Amino acid sequence: MCLGVPMQVKTIENEMAVCEIDGVQREASLMMIDDVAVGDYVLIHAGFAIEKIDEGEARLTLQALRDALDMGLVPE
Amino acid sequence: MKSDIILLGHGSGGKLSHELLDDLIVPILSGIGQRDQDDAAVLVEQQGRLAFTTDSYVVDPIFFPGGSIGGLAIHGTVNDLAMAGATPVAISVGLILEEGLAVSILRTILEDMSAAAQHAGVRIMTGDTKVVPRGKADKIFINTSAIGIMEHDLEISGRNAQIGDKIIINGTIGDHGMAVMASREGLELESDITSDSAPLNSLVADLIRGVGRQLHTLRDPTRGGVATTLKEIAIQSEVEITLREDSLPVGATVAGACAILGLDPLFVANEGKLLAFVAAEAEEQALQIMRSHEYGRGAATIGEVSSANKGKVRLQTAIGGLRAIEMLAGEQLPRIC
Amino acid sequence: MKHQNEYRDPALARLQLRAIAETVAGFDRTMTLMEICGTHTMAIYQHGIRSLLPEQIKLISGPGCPVCVTPVGFVDQAVALARRADTIIATFGDMVRVPGSSTSLLHEQARGATIKIVYSPLDAVTLAEKNPASDVVFLGVGFETTTPTIAGAILTAEKKKCKNFYVLCSHKTMPAPMAVLAGDPELQVDGYLCPAHVSAIIGANAYQPLVDAFRVPCVITGFEPLDVLQGVLMLARQVVAEEARVETQYRRVVKPDGNQKARELLYRVFEPCDARWRGIGEIPGSGLRLREAYARFDADRALPVEVEPAVEHIGCLCGEILKGKVRPADCPLFRTTCKPEDPVGACMVSSEGTCAAEYKYGEWGLEVP
Repeated sequence: MCLGVPMQVKTIENEMAVCEIDGVQREASLMMIDDVAVGDYVLIHAGFAIEKIDEGEARLTLQALRDALDMGLVPE
Repeated sequence: MKSDIILLGHGSGGKLSHELLDDLIVPILSGIGQRDQDDAAVLVEQQGRLAFTTDSYVVDPIFFPGGSIGGLAIHGTVNDLAMAGATPVAISVGLILEEGLAVSILRTILEDMSAAAQHAGVRIMTGDTKVVPRGKADKIFINTSAIGIMEHDLEISGRNAQIGDKIIINGTIGDHGMAVMASREGLELESDITSDSAPLNSLVADLIRGVGRQLHTLRDPTRGGVATTLKEIAIQSEVEITLREDSLPVGATVAGACAILGLDPLFVANEGKLLAFVAAEAEEQALQIMRSHEYGRGAATIGEVSSANKGKVRLQTAIGGLRAIEMLAGEQLPRIC
Repeated sequence: MKHQNEYRDPALARLQLRAIAETVAGFDRTMTLMEICGTHTMAIYQHGIRSLLPEQIKLISGPGCPVCVTPVGFVDQAVALARRADTIIATFGDMVRVPGSSTSLLHEQARGATIKIVYSPLDAVTLAEKNPASDVVFLGVGFETTTPTIAGAILTAEKKKCKNFYVLCSHKTMPAPMAVLAGDPELQVDGYLCPAHVSAIIGANAYQPLVDAFRVPCVITGFEPLDVLQGVLMLARQVVAEEARVETQYRRVVKPDGNQKARELLYRVFEPCDARWRGIGEIPGSGLRLREAYARFDADRALPVEVEPAVEHIGCLCGEILKGKVRPADCPLFRTTCKPEDPVGACMVSSEGTCAAEYKYGEWGLEVP
């Protein structure tokens, strides 16, 4: 349970943002997160941004995926 | 037309009915000034096997990005004939109008139908109009029936898929269903997804001319999407079909909208697509023929008939896994789980 | 990065699978890993992940489908509300086909009820504003990912002074059933794939008590195919090394302490309560109900209706399936009497229930090469 889609914040007005994925736009509430800026990627669930997506951590995850065969390089 | 809305009298056969026909319906639909007074249209004698189809259109909303119920009603029925390999000869149009429908809306829909018929090269030969009291129909329902001729002796059928056949689609999947869903109230999606509603008869004619007997099956993946249509054919032909997820052409915006709503594009309706089963040796030629056509630019092979395992459809997933494709219980609904 | 397609790369998938195969190469028994999230159930089926894993790894589904574990009485109450005059039921699509004791919302729509599928609970508030003469009842089902969004909708309705918006609640919390399962001596689970988005809210640390009490590895895993494979790899490594830790695979979203602001919203409007899980029974403190201060939004308290007596269907193995003890194919009703268009038990009712997923995507009859 919890279909969430990574979307990019396009505009922010008060606590609502217009977010976009692949050209599809949807309004979402920012009630649940702080410090969001236009251009950030957020996880959208049921019309709310439930968390920001951390670019740095994403990079680490992808790197770990590529290094899968090296023992011990799995992030903590 | 004196009234700006449709009244019950417009369907009762009297003066108002004549006014509706003479001022609006006949001029727009048949392109001839004078309405034939007879009850039936008599067609020129035809040579060859006849094909006959009927379909009713109740789509909501009646206007959606890329089309309307009018265009859909012509394209859908032309395509049904085309999937049998038949050249359309004549179409009939049955209209059921809700009392109170704006004449301007009806006019637009009729114009869409006329343009669609002209583009498809098919004549609207006869029709009927009824009006029901307000609330007894949702604005407008349309039935179109059509007669076509088989100008060849090929057996193009859902029973004829052969092991080894390649399965080709003429473009991206899920456009129509998502265009309609995105424009429905309650889901509030903004996108530029447009319906792919289109007539496929000339594309089919090119294919038949080009590959002839090597074309075994044609079907348009409308309600239920590509997945349901392939499952139907797998059952009818008693074969197993293997699809490849990484070959499925899906537009980025359709993929995005599906991701948000939790929908699988494989089960979303299409209105301008066909699935062609061709013998493996004819694959390249079929692709070339399709890609040279206005409605086949995005043609791609998406799978093949893999074995005699009756009625099974399997999908090789993008990461190399395997999963079964089954028919859904009913309409696919948005989900959050 | 757009954070989606990168996690579907087939070459990287092959790398993960090789690493998994190497990890379990010497493992001398079956490794049973359980996921407890309907979205994981779906993702695993959709991408055909079971067909790719080595034979020693058995992936099973636990009670992660909130629709499946919702008691049949909830649907009956929703139906009773739907039959009320001037009432609009707003709901996620997931609930629409779920059978109650005698009917479903879809059936009721055919009989004249107004059922509107919405994508967000906020859309239900908008619906209430646009239809002041009707009572709009939103069906609140879900775990900690979704419940804060319903809290947000209620707070929005409060701010807008909306007098005709109500919620019928059946919310549940996640770690509680995991403790029940982990403590079940009949259940042999070597590790848990923990739900990605529930964990985004409750935080990775929420699973530490489970690890401390039962010494079972927990890896918080995302829903993209590469996420799932990496999560399986991380669990497999722990199991083989006989470790038991909380690890986060889904680091780009899940923080150790989760989303505090979301939890504040949640607990401002809701408070814990006992809850009944269909197929499992009552789990103390595992539910969420509206606080007294928000009672006026509670359809249960504010819109009393007569509800038909609940009839649970017998003969199915849903309870055992929800606990991961048996697989759908082991249930005698699976595909015979119990099908998605005519479900008997909880696991078939929701589109991402274990049995529904197996029916739709399942490998029965597939020859996996």
